[in-house]
Amino acid sequence: MNSDVILRVGTKLILPFILLFAIYVQFHGEYGPGGGFQAGVIAAAAVILVAITFGHSAAKRIAPRGLVEHMVPLGVLIYAGTGVACFFLGGNYLDYGVLAHDPIHGRHLGIFLVEIGVAVTVSGTMVALFYAFVERGR
Amino acid sequence: MEAIINMALLTLLGVVTLAIVVQRSLLSVVILTSIYSFLMASVMIVLDAVDVAMTEASVGAAVSTVLLLGALYLTKSREETPRRSRALPLLLSLAVGAMLVWGTLVLPPFGTADTPIHQHVAPRYINDVMGEVGIPNIVTAILADYRGFDTLGETTVIFVAGIGVLLLLGGLRRQDPEEGTPEDPS
Repeated sequence: MNSDVILRVGTKLILPFILLFAIYVQFHGEYGPGGGFQAGVIAAAAVILVAITFGHSAAKRIAPRGLVEHMVPLGVLIYAGTGVACFFLGGNYLDYGVLAHDPIHGRHLGIFLVEIGVAVTVSGTMVALFYAFVERGR
Repeated sequence: MEAIINMALLTLLGVVTLAIVVQRSLLSVVILTSIYSFLMASVMIVLDAVDVAMTEASVGAAVSTVLLLGALYLTKSREETPRRSRALPLLLSLAVGAMLVWGTLVLPPFGTADTPIHQHVAPRYINDVMGEVGIPNIVTAILADYRGFDTLGETTVIFVAGIGVLLLLGGLRRQDPEEGTPEDPS
């Protein structure tokens, strides 16, 4: 536990904004710069910041290790599963047009799902790697 | 104005690169690498590649710095002085660098619009993206839709690389989650 009061208060102040920015980058990626990869890294950075300031166990209460490790393959499954769903709805693999009544809406939905998959895998991998390094160092 | 910014950024990049080469303390090298990534992100913004700049700033400057510091914590933080002569690696680096510079000599001037890369599929993306995908950010449309297979591959690469590093570090071993001290090693 870090006893520096500026660090601890500063972390608490900045944390909601980091997470909000991650969500913004995730869901606004279709209109502005960003997307699942960047959002995943930013969300992982928030957890890592908590781990550095408040200690490893505080971060694990926010993002338990089991959850983080399951997120690593889950994101790839969401991505590939979107492709398989297109496949069963009569389109080609990853051809999102068939996901909704209107091809444009289908593409929006497909990109939305795929970006979530990327964010889940990326943030899970980053936090899991950080935990692995920290625990190895004990 | 843009030329001045570019010159300043590229000069700083050169200085930081030299500092990384000269520096023997690995902690300083990690910090300098982080600074390098921030400078690279600025260069990307000047080049109007905001998506790449964002990735470079978040991955290169932030998360990889933290992971490198974590790796440093497990090893020594000073670079060993090499036992063998450094003449051959230096010669090899200079040769490769010279070949790369030689390769840039035949590139078209910076910002030229009539180069093959701007003639092939780029105009089609720019003209048809609103009608076909309906997303204003063409970069996202290309990454997630037109080249969805590539991005699936990239996500799989991150998955495989993450699992590989976790296995190497022994991080996937089942253990009691509440075991160990609550103290942070930092």
